[in-house]
Amino acid sequence: MRDIFRNAGHLIRPAVVLLAALGLFILGRGIFIPKTFGQYGHYDAASLDRIRQRPISYAGQDACVMCHDDQAKVRASGPHAHVACEACHGPQQAHAGADDPSAHKPVLPDTAVLCKRCHEKDAAKPKSFPQVVSAEHSGGAACNVCHTPHNPLRMKP
Amino acid sequence: MIPGVDGFMYPNEVELQWSLLIVLYPYITGLVAGAFILASLERVFKVDAVRPTYRLALLTALAFLLVAPLPLQLHLGHPERSFEMYLTPHRSSAMAMFGFVYLWYLTVVLLVEVWLEYRADIVRLSKTTSGFKRLVYKILTLGSDNVSPAALRIDDKVGYAVTVIGIPSAFLLHGYVGFIFGSIKANPWWSTPLMPVVFLFSAMVSGIAAVMVLYMASMKLRKTPIDMSCVDTIGKYLFYTFIIDFTLEMLDLIHRTYESDESFRSLDFMVHTRLWFSQVILQIILGTLVPLLLLAAAQFLKLAAGVRRSIYAVACLLTLVGIFAMRWNVVIGGQLFSKSFLGYTTYKVQFAAREGLLPALGLMILPFVIFVVLVKLLPPWGEQPGHASASGD
Ligand code: HEC
Ligand code: HEC
Ligand code: HEC
Ligand code: HEC
Repeated sequence: MRDIFRNAGHLIRPAVVLLAALGLFILGRGIFIPKTFGQYGHYDAASLDRIRQRPISYAGQDACVMCHDDQAKVRASGPHAHVACEACHGPQQAHAGADDPSAHKPVLPDTAVLCKRCHEKDAAKPKSFPQVVSAEHSGGAACNVCHTPHNPLRMKP
Repeated sequence: MIPGVDGFMYPNEVELQWSLLIVLYPYITGLVAGAFILASLERVFKVDAVRPTYRLALLTALAFLLVAPLPLQLHLGHPERSFEMYLTPHRSSAMAMFGFVYLWYLTVVLLVEVWLEYRADIVRLSKTTSGFKRLVYKILTLGSDNVSPAALRIDDKVGYAVTVIGIPSAFLLHGYVGFIFGSIKANPWWSTPLMPVVFLFSAMVSGIAAVMVLYMASMKLRKTPIDMSCVDTIGKYLFYTFIIDFTLEMLDLIHRTYESDESFRSLDFMVHTRLWFSQVILQIILGTLVPLLLLAAAQFLKLAAGVRRSIYAVACLLTLVGIFAMRWNVVIGGQLFSKSFLGYTTYKVQFAAREGLLPALGLMILPFVIFVVLVKLLPPWGEQPGHASASGD
């Protein structure tokens, strides 16, 4: 019996190593799992606050309309009436929320890439959605050569 | 007109989310499981002919297992977050559960088995080497140098038990990978309960082929004669496993064809167009039928040893290509068609991108580098005391 014990003694060592690793893992769990984990569900409740504290990117178009009444009126009269300003201009809270918006003037979108994003012909889009094969339709020219972006049915002279 | 898209494709299907790296991942885990199962054959079923590849197979499994999670890490935008999967696993996530299957297999099965197998050598080397190497071996002995015959006999018994546990673990490891695909009910190309079984058998096929190639290559490099009864036996196992694997895949195919559900026409079209080369030419003809014929010839014709060796080398390399093509066809094929069954997209492999060809090549070379290091550290050849002598009494 003692013999077996002596000759199997070395097997304790890998077992100890594995148990130590397991212990380390359990310890790590205690350290790394946030205290607020699982408060509401299978996630860290504190992450809600962290996300809330991140800077806002989009101002929302109510803000834009307040100052840019002209563009808003033009847009409302055309088919882009329900396309939000920032869908084309990108996130603009840095501009709209600034004390002096003209100091943070947005870069104007390049219509040669912007319009295609929504209007390029794609069989997966509903048939009723206006689509063009841009290479044929404009021959590579920027779309605002002919269309007014805020009301694209109003053609430029 | 979106380049590369034919017919009707939902916008979120145009670009593939699971890339070449996700092809590598089941390929590599498959090699692990296959190599280990070959090793277990010798151990549990006492097939002495494959004895020369026993240690080689263990090291192959270890080398590939260490690399197996890397393609997944590279696929992630935030690889460090994958750690959270271990900390707070969700029971409904197959991926989270896999982390534990992987760790179990790595630590409890493979490392322990390698350690037990090599203990006598490690102890010997810790006494005959010097300097840094000595330190490494000293650490690897875990501070015990009891290599008395009685101790080795106990090692052998325990090693046997570990292998017995290891076989279902290896099955679990790779069956699980098949499960990840097979359980995706939204994708008719993947969703079949046969998937884990097919993955498992193809894993065995690729693992056996890989060990055979590595064995023959290392014998060539060391200018040692190849043990013909060993490669003949492995060739036989490869042949039979391959037949089962092929039968299962054909069963799946026949089942799909006969059932002809609403996805069939679309998938059938895909196999005849976008997957024609990788599925029909590479996977089925070059990667399955040709090696099967070659292996059958080696089995049933009386060929000279040199001819058989060349046949095995060619058959195994083709097999490895074929199984890779199979993983490709599963992973990439499953994303090429639209769930509307009305359109198809294309996958273009990038080169020097995070999920491109370059990292993929790197990941495929890495296991061989690890393998060479392991072989240097734990030489798989030589007289091999251990359980061969212990089980001989
Ligand atoms: C507080 C008032 C205010 C708000 C809110 C505001 N802007 Fe402006 N915006 C300005 C001013 C002032 C200018 C500068 C006019 C000038 O210098 O010609 C300007 C200029 C612009 C320009 C033109 C840049 C150019 O090169 O001509 C764009 C585009 C623009 N704003 C878009 C937006 C959008 C989109 C929003 C909503 C997210 C927005 N603005 C909200 C005041 C505002
Ligand atoms: C369909 C895309 C689109 C939408 C929606 C859109 N814009 Fe524009 N906007 C443009 C483009 C493109 C320009 C560049 C000027 C041009 O090409 O005529 C522009 C120019 C502007 C300018 C610069 C002055 C001018 O008129 O050229 C302002 C200010 C502006 N937009 C504000 C707005 C506001 C405010 C809204 C929401 C009410 C809005 N835009 C909605 C595409 C859009
Ligand atoms: C964010 C997506 C989006 C972008 C970007 C966009 N559009 Fe539109 N566009 C729409 C939507 C939505 C409609 C309305 C479709 C409807 O009525 O069903 C529309 C309608 C139109 C129409 C009217 C077609 C018709 O026959 O009724 C034209 C012309 C047009 N857009 C041109 C443009 C041009 C030019 C640009 C670039 C300056 C542009 N669009 C950028 C979404 C977009
Ligand atoms: C050379 C002038 C010109 C240019 C440049 C141009 N368009 Fe047009 N586009 C027109 C005219 C004219 C119409 C209306 C008559 C028609 O339907 O052909 C029109 C109509 C459209 C329509 C409505 C089609 C429909 O079926 O309802 C869309 C959408 C459109 N254009 C998008 C674009 C986009 C996107 C670009 C930029 C890639 C662009 N256009 C550039 C002249 C132009």
